[in-house]
Amino acid sequence: MSKIEVKKFNLYYSDFHALKDIDINIEENRVTAMIGPSGCGKSSLLRSINRINDMVEGACTSGRICISGQNIYDEKVDVGFLRKNVGMVFQRPNPFPISIYENVAFGLKVNRIASNKNVIDGVVEKSLKAVLLWDDIKDKLRKSALSLTLEQQQRLCIARVLAVAPNIILLDEPCSALDPVATVKVEELIIQLKDKYTIVIVTHNMQQAARVSHDTAFMLLGKLIEFDKTEKIFTNPSKKETSDYVTGRFG
Amino acid sequence: MRKIIDSAIETIIFICGMLSIVFVVLIFGFLFKEGFSFFRNFGILKFVTGHFWYAASDPASFGILPLILGSTLVTIGACTIAVPIGVMSALFISEIAPKGIRDVLKSLIELMAAIPSVVIGLIGVITLVPFVKNIFNLPTGLTAFSGSIMLAFMAIPTIITISEDAIRSVPWKYREGALALGATKWQTVRRVVLKAAMPGIIAATMLGIGRVIGETMAVMMITGNAAHIPHSIFDPVRTMTATIAAEMGEAVRGGMHYRSLFAIAFVLFAITFIVNFMADLFLGKNKNI
Ligand SMILES: Nc1ncnc2c1ncn2[C@@H]1O[C@H](COP(=O)(O)OP(=O)(O)O)[C@@H](O)[C@H]1O
Ligand SMILES: [Mg+2]
Repeated sequence: MSKIEVKKFNLYYSDFHALKDIDINIEENRVTAMIGPSGCGKSSLLRSINRINDMVEGACTSGRICISGQNIYDEKVDVGFLRKNVGMVFQRPNPFPISIYENVAFGLKVNRIASNKNVIDGVVEKSLKAVLLWDDIKDKLRKSALSLTLEQQQRLCIARVLAVAPNIILLDEPCSALDPVATVKVEELIIQLKDKYTIVIVTHNMQQAARVSHDTAFMLLGKLIEFDKTEKIFTNPSKKETSDYVTGRFG
Repeated sequence: MRKIIDSAIETIIFICGMLSIVFVVLIFGFLFKEGFSFFRNFGILKFVTGHFWYAASDPASFGILPLILGSTLVTIGACTIAVPIGVMSALFISEIAPKGIRDVLKSLIELMAAIPSVVIGLIGVITLVPFVKNIFNLPTGLTAFSGSIMLAFMAIPTIITISEDAIRSVPWKYREGALALGATKWQTVRRVVLKAAMPGIIAATMLGIGRVIGETMAVMMITGNAAHIPHSIFDPVRTMTATIAAEMGEAVRGGMHYRSLFAIAFVLFAITFIVNFMADLFLGKNKNI
C-alpha cells in the first residue's frame, strides 16, 4: 500500500476546475517532486494533501486522498491531527513573529504533545540540530524569528515541522525565495531528511527536482500528465508534453 | 503658466503644513508661559502633590492631587472596561462575524464614535447614574465608576476600529503556517494572530485612553465633581478637564486662580502628549513587522 493514494481527485475554486481527475500513488520514505509550468496546479494538489486548502473560500473537492489507507476527506477525520502528521513548508518563509524558541515549540504546545519544559527544550534543540541551525542560533533562542536571514527562516520553518514528528512533509517551492547558495544548502537538508520522512516537493526548477527526488510527477493545466522515476522522466519520458517541458521547449 | 500654478500649489500646501506646526507650538508656548508664571509663584511640587483644591477661598489652596487622582481613577476604570470589550469585539468582527453582519457592525461602531459626548453624558445622567446608585446602594450615583462606564463607552469605538485593522492586517501566511502545524482556529488566533497584532492593539488602547483623558463634558455631568481625594471608585471625583471647564468662567483674568487653570491644562497636555507619543511608537513598530 502506498503512503499517499490520490484517486480521481478534483478541486474547484468556485467555478474554476483547478485539478482534474488526479491519480497518483506516492511511496513511503521517498522524495517525490512535482514539476510543471506555473499555474498548472502543483500547489493546489500539495495543499489538498494536508487540507490547508479548506481555508480557501469557495474551494471544493471530489474524489479521495488516502494517507496510510485512510481517506483524509472523510467526515470523521480530525484535521488538526492530519496536519500534525502532514507537515508543510511554504514558498515564502513564514516564521511567526515570536521568538525562535516559541516558533519551534508551537506545534508541541498546540497539539499537546509536550508541556514539560525539559521535554520541549530537548525537542527544540533536536529539531534545530536536524536543520543545522542550532550552532548558529543557540545563544539567541529568545530573539524574534524575524531577525534571522531568509535561509535561516526557512530552516526554522522546517525545524518547526520536524518538531511535531510528522510522517509526511510537503514542501511548496521551499527555495524560491532563497539565493543559489542557500538553495543548495536547503536541498542538502532535504536529501538528508528523506530516510525518515515521505517528502513531496513542488518545484519549478527542474535541476532541483533531478537533484533531490526519486520520483517525479509532471503536471499541465490541472492534469497529471506523467509520473515515474525521476531518471526516466528526465531522460526518457513516455509523453510528448513531458519531453517538451523537460527539454525546455516550453514552460 | 503651468509651472507657476505648480509652484503656487506647492507653496500653499507648504504654508498649510507649517501653520499646523505653528499652532501646536503656539498653544504649547502659551500654556507654558501662563503655567510657568503660576509655577514660579506657587511651586510646581506643591501644585502637583497638594491635597486640597480650594481655588476660590481665602487663603486659596491649589493642590491638584485630587484632580489627578480623579482623572487617573476614571481613566483606569474606563480602560479596564473598554479594553477587553473592545478587543473581543474586534476579534468577533474580524474572525467570526459573517460579511453582512460585519458591515452592519462596523457602521454601527462608526455611528457610536460620532455621538457627541454631551449626549452620552445626558443619557448617562438619566439612566446610568440612578442604576449605579441603586445596584450598589450608594448615597449618590454620581461616582468615578459611572464616569468610567461612560468613558469606556466613548473609547470602545476607537479601540475596536484600530484593533480590528491590526488584526486583519496580520499576514495570511502566519495563519496558514499555524493551521498547517495542527493548530485549531482559536489556538491560531490566540498564539499567533493576537501576538502579531499586539503593537496595533496597544496603540488602539493608547488612542482610546487619549480620548478618555481629554474628555470633559460627559465626566463633568456624571462624576459628581467633588474635588477631594477619592477612597474608592464608588466615590464622587473631579477630573482635571472638568475643573478647567467649570471654573474658567468665574476666575479673574490674570489672577492666581486663572493661571492655575492654565497650569492644570499644561499638566494635562503633558500627559496626553506622552500617551500619544507612546501610541505612535507602537504604531511605528507595527509597520516594521
Ligand atoms: N485561492 C484560489 N482561488 C482561485 N483560484 C486559485 C486559487 N489558488 C490557485 N488558483 C488557480 O488555480 C490554478 C493552479 O494554481 P496553483 O496550484 O497555485 O499552481 P502552481 O502552484 O502550479 O503554480 C491557477 O490557475 C490559479 O490561478
Ligand atoms: Mg505554486
